[in-house]
Amino acid sequence: MKKFTVVAAMAAAMMGSTAAMAADLEVTHWWTSGGESAAVAEFARLFNETGNTWVDSALAGSGTGANPVIISRILGGDPMGATQMNTGRDAEGLIEAGLIRDLTPIADEEGWKDFYADPGLFDACTYDGKIYCVPVNIHSWHWLWLSTAAYEKAGTAVPKDWNEYVASWPALREAGVVPFGLAAGWALNGIPGVLLADVGGPDLYMKVNQDHDAEAVRSPEFRKVAEAWAALRDVVDPAEVVPQFGDVANQLLAGEAAGNIHGDWIQGEFAVAGATPGVEYDCLPGLGLTNRIEGGGDAFYFPVLPEGTAQDVIDAQTALAKLLVSKEAQVAFNLKKGSMPIRTDIDLSTANDCMKKAITILESPEGLLPSGETLNSSDTQQQLDDLNQEFFADKSFSVDDYIEEYASIIEQAD
Amino acid sequence: MTNITAVDEPSGPRPSKGFNPKRIVIYGIIIVAAMYYLLPLYVMITTSLKGLPEIRVGNIFAPPLEIITIEPWVKAWTSACTGLTCEGLAPGFWNSVKITVPSTIISVLVAAVSGYALVNWRFKGSEFFFTCLLLGSFIPYQVMLYPMVMITAQLKIFGTLWAVILVHTVFGMPILVLLFRNYFASLPQELFKAARVDGAGFWRIFIQIMVPMSLPIFAVAIILQVTGIWNDFLFGVVFAGTQNYPMTVQLNNIVNSTQGVREYNVNMAATILTAAVPLLVYFVSGKWFVRGIAAGAVKG
Amino acid sequence: MTDIGRSGAMGRPVEADKPPGLLYNIFVRNITAKIAASPMVAIVLIVFIGCTLWSVWFSFTDSRSLPNGDFVGWAQYERLFSARRWKISATNLLTYGIFSLVFTMVVGFLLAVLMDQKLRFEDGFRTIFLYPFALSGIVTGLVWQWIMNPTLGLQSTIRGLGWTSFTFDWITNTDMVLYALLIAGTWHGTGFVMVLMLAGLRSIDGEIWKAARVDGIPAWRTYLQIVLPMMRGVIVTTLVIVGSGIVRTYDLVVALTNGGPGLSSEVPAKYVINYMFTAGNLGQALAASTIMLVAVFVILIPWIMIEFGPKKAR
Repeated sequence: MKKFTVVAAMAAAMMGSTAAMAADLEVTHWWTSGGESAAVAEFARLFNETGNTWVDSALAGSGTGANPVIISRILGGDPMGATQMNTGRDAEGLIEAGLIRDLTPIADEEGWKDFYADPGLFDACTYDGKIYCVPVNIHSWHWLWLSTAAYEKAGTAVPKDWNEYVASWPALREAGVVPFGLAAGWALNGIPGVLLADVGGPDLYMKVNQDHDAEAVRSPEFRKVAEAWAALRDVVDPAEVVPQFGDVANQLLAGEAAGNIHGDWIQGEFAVAGATPGVEYDCLPGLGLTNRIEGGGDAFYFPVLPEGTAQDVIDAQTALAKLLVSKEAQVAFNLKKGSMPIRTDIDLSTANDCMKKAITILESPEGLLPSGETLNSSDTQQQLDDLNQEFFADKSFSVDDYIEEYASIIEQAD
Repeated sequence: MTNITAVDEPSGPRPSKGFNPKRIVIYGIIIVAAMYYLLPLYVMITTSLKGLPEIRVGNIFAPPLEIITIEPWVKAWTSACTGLTCEGLAPGFWNSVKITVPSTIISVLVAAVSGYALVNWRFKGSEFFFTCLLLGSFIPYQVMLYPMVMITAQLKIFGTLWAVILVHTVFGMPILVLLFRNYFASLPQELFKAARVDGAGFWRIFIQIMVPMSLPIFAVAIILQVTGIWNDFLFGVVFAGTQNYPMTVQLNNIVNSTQGVREYNVNMAATILTAAVPLLVYFVSGKWFVRGIAAGAVKG
Repeated sequence: MTDIGRSGAMGRPVEADKPPGLLYNIFVRNITAKIAASPMVAIVLIVFIGCTLWSVWFSFTDSRSLPNGDFVGWAQYERLFSARRWKISATNLLTYGIFSLVFTMVVGFLLAVLMDQKLRFEDGFRTIFLYPFALSGIVTGLVWQWIMNPTLGLQSTIRGLGWTSFTFDWITNTDMVLYALLIAGTWHGTGFVMVLMLAGLRSIDGEIWKAARVDGIPAWRTYLQIVLPMMRGVIVTTLVIVGSGIVRTYDLVVALTNGGPGLSSEVPAKYVINYMFTAGNLGQALAASTIMLVAVFVILIPWIMIEFGPKKAR
């Protein structure tokens, strides 16, 4: 749009003839909290070092805060230079309309597929064989976080896997400890997927989420998952639910709650409180049951800029796309973000023990299970979330009904 | 005109003189109700004056016992981070002004003229249009987002102040036209007829007769629009363009960050600061609001 | 009123001489007025009718995040009506809506009556009751979430004072959460209703009170049987404004409960917006919004016909 040219021209004029390469690039994202903005600041710093300027445009909340704005602006012909966006089916409409830049040439030139930890990460970015987005990290929900202090109170050893953890619930209750700390709202949504992949196993997980096989949902294996989910529901007292997941982190550190299944970003909270894994808390990837973790990541898209946009700006897009996956940026960004990098050929010696465990899993060829968010459309995901929310809040919702509802959603899934 | 000035005086049954049990009960109820209404404001203000440690341990109704600190206010205004920029709410304030002032003026004028045309210059189908407007007020406006994006993109104004002015004009229409229409209908028609006989045209009657008699309802319309537009998040951020992000964007970023330590005191200070303009408008012009409503909405 | 248009022509004797033709009537007569009203006409035609038809049309498609899907007939509606969340949302809105409407109207009216008793500091009290209306739903939700939070707010405070069995957990209680919503919603909206009602009361001729006193009718009966019916106009306006606000309830729910616990405080507008922007299923979202609109139509059209219809001369 006009703005870009004007800004680019101004930048060029100010910086003299050597600045032909430089441009301003507006980047939209929803990383607004402390740890998140520290992480995105690393991208911005490295990008500014290339001579370009990162114009930050942060909008909290992916769903109703950022999404409508991002899509509207691309649709309305006032696109940003680059944007974080939910991967997968959401972007398809924009790609079909020719509004998103095809990154395949850059990917080929840079050999992205050679160094990505798992080429499957690109599945969500691929449309018609072409790559339209850059995954920048891997986030996983597959963690059971356990409180050392809580188990000291209960006088039992810290569990080594999910089953031991479930067995410890009565002892925890007796000691006055909340067995499972839970935050209200969305913190619930990631848990059923974790149970599905770890209690049910990767095969069942793929059958349900990838093949959308409703019979798999009606199988005895899935019933085990649903029962684990129901057991968790029954051990959580609604009155003990706290507002934010950060509050759960505090509960764990204080020994008020014993365990929690939550995404790896909760480590940011532990870190802020000065806690170390193995001392104040413990982490079990794959709930200690499997050696694979499910994960998806955040990704950046580059809208096609309107006609008449200066070449500088398009070059700046290219520069940013290359930079996001560079070794330097990956280390700097992911250490701050608390997520895993998309490449394993980098030095992460400063990572903590939990993250190292995850990287080991990631290095094995089959370590990474594609995330439910990638396999299912966000529409299906929303329906599953709705079902899970209702099931969890209503203790009279039977496991049989749950399985039937679940199966009917999977039947219609696309 | 007397009916407009008279509205400030209570019309109810005349109370008996002095203090009797009935008066005490009335004051009692009113005061209890007032406390209920003030409670949230009290919580917001006291919380914004506390330090974080005190918030964590104390209860939210306690006054700030430790040092009263204005630091959260300073931080919210000047240095709270929203993404990479840590400039607080201050930059967004002027953008909100830039959006609110023209949007309010234009939407109120369009609605006033429309209401006037509906009442005094009825044309074929005018009731139909009015009915459509009324029904329109029941649609969740978010549904209209994408079509409005496409319309403004077609008009080549997407991403400019004009787009956001247009959107607020459109979505302010139903209620404003309802108010103006009712108000104009309540004015004595003889004035209008006399002016017509004198040969005055549409605009002359509007400007010389209608507007001077309608200041109260203009006050109401302006108050409603300033509040609505100032508090709006979605339309401002989508339509106004990146250089005009309103204050609510920053508020949303400060308040809705789900990860990291929640600075409740800064959140509350930011909330009050963002609400300051509409609050001020109400405090200053509450009296006008009642007058205007009294004169306009009643004769429906 | 209805004859204003005709009297308008009467004001121009020159034009009145020639018999006005149909085309003349439509396009030329009062041309300035028509031009002046054209923005409204355009907004109604393009936005309120055009966009509504647009959204109805795309509710029959399988559109994802963008309006570009293929025609799929009633599929979105079938899915909508089999969705548990939609049923819950619709029921919730019905419950919340009725309570909220009755509650805000009644409390608003009662407050207005109290305010009309020649109070001292009337301006101050009025401002106190009205200020919440200046705050957005987001802010309202945020503050009340705090106050009603069992571990931070009222419950723990009262327990701290010694009443240890005191429970006020509506916000986390599936059965009571709608009433928590009601508390916050009423707080936000009654002030405005009160001002409207107060204005209505003040517009009533003072003679009525004298007459009622002479006849020895008690004050409460005067209000109920004489004053209230005379306030028909203001009540109608209030109903439109309050009702449209209730149907569109979204911000408040998001900030206060985000639909929880579980789905127990979901509302239709939230369903629409979630499916539109988070789930990327425009077709489903627009089917839901179409049903909302149809429901409003069914309730309102007959009433609008009577209330604002052209036959009603004043």
